[in-house]
Amino acid sequence: MVDIEHLEFGLETFGDIVANEDGSLKTAAESIRQIVREGQMADELGLSVMGVGEHHRPDYSVSSPETVLAAIASVTKNIKLATAVTVLSSDDPVRVYERFATLDALSNGRAQVMLGRGSFTESFPLFGYDLTDYDDLFNEKLALYDQLRTEKPVTWSGKFRAALQDQEVYPKTEKGALETYIGIGGSPESIIRAVKFGYKVIIAIIGGQADRFKPYIDLYHAAAEQLGKPEFPIAVHSHGFIADDEDEAIEVAFKNIKANFDRIGLTRGWAPMSREQFDGETKVGSFYVGNPETVAQRMARTIDLLDLGRFDIVYGAGNQTAAQRERMIELYGTKVVPRVKEILAEKAATK
Amino acid sequence: MAIRRVGILGAGKVGIVLAGLALAAGYEVRISGSDSVEKIALTIKTLVPGAIASENTEVVANSDVVILAIPLSRYKNIDPTLLQGKLVIDAMNYWWETDGIREEVLDPTTTSSEQVQAYFKGATIVKTFNHMGYHNLQEEARPKGDAKRKALFVTGDDHDAVDQVAAFVDSMGFDTVVHYQMADGIMTEPGSPLFGASLRHDELKHTIDHFDQTDFGKQIADRMH
Repeated sequence: MVDIEHLEFGLETFGDIVANEDGSLKTAAESIRQIVREGQMADELGLSVMGVGEHHRPDYSVSSPETVLAAIASVTKNIKLATAVTVLSSDDPVRVYERFATLDALSNGRAQVMLGRGSFTESFPLFGYDLTDYDDLFNEKLALYDQLRTEKPVTWSGKFRAALQDQEVYPKTEKGALETYIGIGGSPESIIRAVKFGYKVIIAIIGGQADRFKPYIDLYHAAAEQLGKPEFPIAVHSHGFIADDEDEAIEVAFKNIKANFDRIGLTRGWAPMSREQFDGETKVGSFYVGNPETVAQRMARTIDLLDLGRFDIVYGAGNQTAAQRERMIELYGTKVVPRVKEILAEKAATK
Repeated sequence: MAIRRVGILGAGKVGIVLAGLALAAGYEVRISGSDSVEKIALTIKTLVPGAIASENTEVVANSDVVILAIPLSRYKNIDPTLLQGKLVIDAMNYWWETDGIREEVLDPTTTSSEQVQAYFKGATIVKTFNHMGYHNLQEEARPKGDAKRKALFVTGDDHDAVDQVAAFVDSMGFDTVVHYQMADGIMTEPGSPLFGASLRHDELKHTIDHFDQTDFGKQIADRMH
């Protein structure tokens, strides 16, 4: 049963380049400053989490999310500050710990680490890693991160980084441990791995119906029980766009999400998104697009179906204007979130 | 020989989806992963109840058709004699993000399935299930005659094997467009307008029939000359 009182609603951005009203593009620097403004809005609207992704490509502005989150920390009070995600495989776990512990200090304990393998691969050659070590890199670095997270002296050795001998890493956090999620795309192996480490799980549902993840969430709970590990409510992240008018929302989302997916598809070899695919994703799939009532109904269904503890909407895909992005955030905070809770409460009452 | 028992090598996203479809179609299903049976048992029991988690050798020995659903870079981890005399479906693609640099995995003058066939000399390889996204495969399997039914491309050098696999694909919930030439598998590899697309029979057939007019078709033609 969904715990409505503790249900968390987040916003995440991958740092897409913001458009001007005339369709021209803002600079990456302007786009980064826009995210800080949006983080402040999200906090004022009472949202639970602001997540910023890490990319190393021309179509995204943020390669250093903790720096952006640090700026947001200084203008916000309550919202948690997360990466979406930190590509641990091509990072140094010691640096990851240090950056987040610093962010945690600046934000009075609001830092949230979301570790993943990332769905892009630019960071591998950039930082000198070999893609064929994809699995080994993540496993080894996660094991080291897990030791660092204890905030006790670490003795460790592995293939991909210098060994550590009784090494202290600073600064220590005030709570004694960084809140940590593992972001997964839904492979059974990833779920079992997250359970073994005892971390919270956020599932990226970026294609198809949420229904197909139900067995995977059952697997999470079954594995936690079998291995005697802690169980947390599952979080999900999916793309979304909200506007006052339903048709406007659909057209803006189609144009921008299609442009975004097709551009990525060009380098990764998949076919352009058809209108039929987009409509399928919007009606019953992983895009939460429409006016506030439509989006609230679809989010409530997914939260109820998968028994979630948190839902993050990924906003800003493609090149949206600042006005479109800000209006969406406002509608999300003022209309969608209260309506989702209302729908879930009605459902709970009839159960 | 009628297909009654389906073996799947690979318990990742694609392997699990195909196991679910095969169970729904009434087949006996065995599946193996890169981990031990003990390690994948809970996953199989939870995600595809009814499928039998097993080792590669057991899966192959007890199956009428074997599906390769592992990353392309790992097929050489399987002993080539294991599939001796078997009907095998190659659902794999070259995918640089998991497989690494193409030249290190594949001879650039030929297609991935031709190399898989060359490696598993004693097996009969048919390529299919490789070009539609796994969530489309899962969500869009439909009964024969359904107006919304989607189609898959099936190709291989052995005429009878291709026909047999096409009938199997049909039983799994998809129409088929059939060719009898393994090299044509390139038409559905990453970069093709068919890769990641989910199309009805007429749409798939139209693109296949006019493949030389697509950008990807032109690139392939340039590469070959």
